[in-house]
Amino acid sequence: MTRSATEHGTGTDTEVMQLTVTEEDRRVAWLATAAVGLSLVDAAIPSPLPGVKPGLANIVTLIVLARYGWGTAVWVSALRVLAGSLLLGFFLAPGFFLSLTGTTLSLLTLGLARHLPKRWFGPVSLSILAAFAHIGGQLLLARAWLIPHDGVFLLTPVFAGAALVFGTINGLIAAKLMSEPALSETPHA
Amino acid sequence: MKSWLPLIRPGDWLIMLASALAVGASFPIFWQGGLAERAIIRQEGRIFAEVDLKARKQYEVAGPLGTTLIAVEPGRARVVADPSPRQYCVKQGWLMRPGEIAICAPNRVSLQIAGRTRVYDSISY
Repeated sequence: MTRSATEHGTGTDTEVMQLTVTEEDRRVAWLATAAVGLSLVDAAIPSPLPGVKPGLANIVTLIVLARYGWGTAVWVSALRVLAGSLLLGFFLAPGFFLSLTGTTLSLLTLGLARHLPKRWFGPVSLSILAAFAHIGGQLLLARAWLIPHDGVFLLTPVFAGAALVFGTINGLIAAKLMSEPALSETPHA
Repeated sequence: MKSWLPLIRPGDWLIMLASALAVGASFPIFWQGGLAERAIIRQEGRIFAEVDLKARKQYEVAGPLGTTLIAVEPGRARVVADPSPRQYCVKQGWLMRPGEIAICAPNRVSLQIAGRTRVYDSISY
């Protein structure tokens, strides 16, 4: 669809600016919306320890990665971090940078891990590896910037355990959703 | 439950197992110093008593202000009562991890937890 701002009023020849919205843009927007929605659900779940969260939005990332590739996954994740932080009110606060670092590292990990043979390694593997990368990135940033003391790493085993549990659950949910035929959209893969 | 199992591929099991082992191994690595094994009570900087944290015991340590009462229990120790005005060492409560220390400075008494290996509370270069 093409939206154009053409001459109006005086009728002089003004520069015509065109903003084309591609099919891809719409898809990214919808998927990011789904991811943001899950981020909000995530934030509403009470957590015993700050930093331990299910990370439900990663289910969307995993499905996007499998169906539309890494580039789309990066777009959807970036928009999710941005919009999610705006909605939850921590845009540019420490939590935003923690979230950004975790997401960046897990996307890089997914970029490498998606080349693993599909026959052997499914969404569960990708999800676990991404969860570890996510918490690893957050811990390193927290150590480097927020709490410059090695005491931060005392919680590593707890965070790693949570990453394993939630990574497995999210991976299973993603695998389950992918194994079922898509209803609302035509499969692209 | 049955419908979820086929979703896990062979390599996934491998990753799950390796991750579980890594998480298990991370506990002793990051929680070094092991368990709290001994309590070291100091008075005027000198060691007053070194106690194994196994039995339930109470110690009365005399200082310039009066008596500091220290309780030892299996795996933990605390300052129960102290004549110091601000009661910082009493408010610290139970000490359970190696390296933890409660210092009753005005009465010149300290209680420190020690483990198998020595943990530094600070390192200067």
